Amino acid sequence: MEYINIFVKSVFVENMVFAFFLGMCSYLAVSKSVKTATGLGLAVIFVQLVTLPINYLLNEYLLAPGALAWINPEYASLDLSFLSYIVFIAVIASIVQIVEMVVEKFSPTLYSSLGIFLPLIAVNCAILGGSLFMQERGYANLGEATSFAFGSGFGWFIAIVAIAAIREKLAYSNVPKPLKGLGISFIITGLMGIAFMSFMGINL
Amino acid sequence: MDKKIYKNPFFKANPITVLVLGVCSALAVTVQLKGAIVMALSVTVVTGFSSMLVSLIRNSIPNRVRIIIQLVIVALFVILIDQFLKAYAYDVSKQLSVYIGLIITNCIIMGRIEAFALGNKPFPSLVDGLANGMGYGMVLVVIAFIRELFGSGTLFGLQIIPQSWYMANGGFYENNGLVILPPMALIIVGCIIWAQRAVQKELQEEQ
Repeated sequence: MEYINIFVKSVFVENMVFAFFLGMCSYLAVSKSVKTATGLGLAVIFVQLVTLPINYLLNEYLLAPGALAWINPEYASLDLSFLSYIVFIAVIASIVQIVEMVVEKFSPTLYSSLGIFLPLIAVNCAILGGSLFMQERGYANLGEATSFAFGSGFGWFIAIVAIAAIREKLAYSNVPKPLKGLGISFIITGLMGIAFMSFMGINL
Repeated sequence: MDKKIYKNPFFKANPITVLVLGVCSALAVTVQLKGAIVMALSVTVVTGFSSMLVSLIRNSIPNRVRIIIQLVIVALFVILIDQFLKAYAYDVSKQLSVYIGLIITNCIIMGRIEAFALGNKPFPSLVDGLANGMGYGMVLVVIAFIRELFGSGTLFGLQIIPQSWYMANGGFYENNGLVILPPMALIIVGCIIWAQRAVQKELQEEQ
């Protein structure tokens, strides 16, 4: 039950885009058509699902205050958490690079459709943000961290597909000239954020 | 040195309103002016110095792994800033929470490194980084000014709207609670872009 609760909360209540503005850059840049948006969204879910549990284990057994106690009780006083940024981003960047190489080797068709997005994901704040929130909130076990990973990735996926669909329809509407493109996308995202706020306080 | 390097980032090629880089953190830290200014300074320092460092070693970075190397360099400066803030401005550091760490993935920094520092000498790269950081900071301060003034009636935590104006004290005024909420930041940025493009017509998009 706890897992479902974390999942629903991270998809709707604490949506990465609407509540925390994470991953806005690629959210705005790659949302011109639903097809590419879906591709990027799926890639984000995948990378989030791989990197967040790894970072959780690293945090639990290496970085958090007293985490090194499992090697030797003497190390219980050590606190390596100041290293977490560099460790997290190194894990994310190397996983993205590995995923890119594997996809390139085994599925050239998927690579050519995802190719440009994969390197982008390394600097997608939603990924690093997920790891940092995981550290700040202190999930109890690997299962909770994984369900948060899936939820936050899925929430980002929903957000980018929704805005892409709206922007495709926007082509037929008469928007004031200076507002066209970027400006109206910001305002629509804001309105969607207000809509998502109605999920606030939901607890399963 | 070309004047464009330090002039463009403010209006013509502003990182947030024109290039759409680094929007993520720009919106979350703008509830109060203090947080916004600290964030703007941190980003300026990190962008400037990581651009310079990458530019210094640009000829010896293998192309295939350059993203990881750049990220590690950026992370190094962000850790320095984070530790500095924790030591000297703990309350601001708590307020900014994960967004300081997220400077690492702030697209402005990677964008400037990729687009400028990899192909230019260290000093122009430093200037370019600092100017882009300041262009980003400028937008941040404008948003934070609007949000703090209308959302809480204060600036830098000091009361600006007179207490006697408030409904509770028999006046006519009430703070706009919506401005503090996250979605309003997006709408304010949208309006800033609207205003800028109404003046600079060459930036308008066809679609």
